[in-house]
Amino acid sequence: MAVAAAESRTVHSLQQSWLVRLFDYKPFLIFLCLLPAAGFLLVFLSYPLGLGIWLAFTDTRIGRVGHFIGFENFESLWYDRVFITSVWNTLLYTGVATAGKFALGLWLALLLNNHLPFKSLLRAIILVPWIVPTVLSAIAFWWIYDPQFSIISYVLVDVLGWRDTYIDFLGQAWPARWSLIAANIWRGIPFVAISLLAGLQTISPSLYEAAMLDGANAWQRFRHVTLPMLMPILAVVLTFSVLFTFTDFQLVYAITRGGPVNATHLMATLAFQRGIPGGQLGEGAAIAVAMIPFLVLATLFSYFGLARRKWQQGEDND
Amino acid sequence: MTDQTLSQRPHLTDKESTGVIDWSSGPRRFVTLYLPLSIFVLVLLFPFYWMAITAIKPNGELLDYKNNNPFWVKSPTLENINKLLFQTDYPQWLWTTMMVAAVATALSLFASVLAAYAIQRLKFKGSQYVGLAIYLAYLVPPSILFIPLATLIFQLGLFDSPLALILTYPTFLIPFCTWLLIGYFKSIPYELEECAMMDGATRLQTLWRITLPLAMPGLISAGIFAFTLSWNEFIYALAFIQSAEKKTVPVAVLTQLVEGDVYHWGSLMAGALLGSIPVAILYSFFVDYYVASLTGAVKE
Repeated sequence: MAVAAAESRTVHSLQQSWLVRLFDYKPFLIFLCLLPAAGFLLVFLSYPLGLGIWLAFTDTRIGRVGHFIGFENFESLWYDRVFITSVWNTLLYTGVATAGKFALGLWLALLLNNHLPFKSLLRAIILVPWIVPTVLSAIAFWWIYDPQFSIISYVLVDVLGWRDTYIDFLGQAWPARWSLIAANIWRGIPFVAISLLAGLQTISPSLYEAAMLDGANAWQRFRHVTLPMLMPILAVVLTFSVLFTFTDFQLVYAITRGGPVNATHLMATLAFQRGIPGGQLGEGAAIAVAMIPFLVLATLFSYFGLARRKWQQGEDND
Repeated sequence: MTDQTLSQRPHLTDKESTGVIDWSSGPRRFVTLYLPLSIFVLVLLFPFYWMAITAIKPNGELLDYKNNNPFWVKSPTLENINKLLFQTDYPQWLWTTMMVAAVATALSLFASVLAAYAIQRLKFKGSQYVGLAIYLAYLVPPSILFIPLATLIFQLGLFDSPLALILTYPTFLIPFCTWLLIGYFKSIPYELEECAMMDGATRLQTLWRITLPLAMPGLISAGIFAFTLSWNEFIYALAFIQSAEKKTVPVAVLTQLVEGDVYHWGSLMAGALLGSIPVAILYSFFVDYYVASLTGAVKE
């Protein structure tokens, strides 16, 4: 009996050690650890990305399997005025909003880099527009841009008396575009400012002292010390900002839904419009795929920006 | 000695001896620093004030600027909030959003911790390329994925089910969390894990007993980020969910509270405000982690 007990114990410990050894076997462990993340990303990211490119070359509709039709979707889009407008809108939106976000965000970061009372509270408050769901703050902007009850118009007309009529923010093409860009800048400033502030804080004060001793004035110190030192982080933040502004959907969908008369559609909102409510999955996918070349350009820019600082996985960086 | 040097250089003030040189004086400092800063804060916060004040205005005051100052409210009312909570599916939407965000966050954290551990600690041939691939995955925006994902979701029979959102949100959460956690793991000294392994702990025990407790701040901030990102997600929720009662808050406020051409601005604003509050509370508790990891993630 004692022998049996001893035997079962060795069998048990053998089994355990076999399992333990398997889980300590590095290749197996690596495989096991990467499995959940890789599985998710392959099924729900890589596969749809490929599927999207395939769909762009078919005439798929909701509830009907599509056939390969070559470049027909892209050809018809080329002559589609709404699509061309959406491309110009997207470029304008990305260009102006990014420039605005960076100019104002950098300014705010420089202001916050001073000695200030309640600094951390201030930083927390400034991040709020970035935390709150975009759609919900977009609804607030929708109300701010209301043709009859806009608070901006009220201030301009009834308080300051600078204008005679209320502004029709969203009813005409150009005012609507500028209104959307303003809302996007408002939402983007906090992220840019807080990230650039982190970059500013890593710049050693002795560099400024050295520059001052050499007689550099404030602008020269900014131009020749702050800006070059900030460049790497600026490149990364810029890429993210360009990427997310270019593919923005929520703000435009919430405030104008592409109107008035399709004048403010971005490529993303037009893809949605045609693809989901319109049911033309193939055409929607083609519009989405048309964004990819721009995104690849932005990503390459980011890659080379990062490469200058060495990729974070590098062995001996820092 | 120090007194002497100070008196020899009377133009230096206290501030300058702290390292950051600042020669601007009172009024100039006001114009170049405090004035623009207060304008920034005012503009950044105004929409929230406007949301809040609209949410508690009675309809009479809301639509009459001639007799009422629109910046203030004379007789605040809870009617809009009452209507929102008891005459719409708002509590249901809140619950769905919270559930979807929590489950998606938990799933993503689980997958990200393991992936970040494999990439950063079990260094293997090509681990940096896996890291790069995950970084690139973060750059693929939902705007180009939602159409093919919609067909995939339809084929899987998940259309109009919260599971569709729970399974698709990790596509942007996992890359982000993994990226953040890789940076965090790197800041933990490897010697601690080596000690544990010398004492006979297996790698998984080391991960569970040593690395994870040390990485708690990183995990918390990754969790907050993930929860906020899923709470804010819009395009997938708009495309994959159809029935009114299964929608998430951002989608439902925009699509269900607007009836035809009549905008009930009071309840719309109340809905937007209430939908922002859970994230705002979460954020205010962990704001230090949040700012630190945001700045850390960008610096890495």
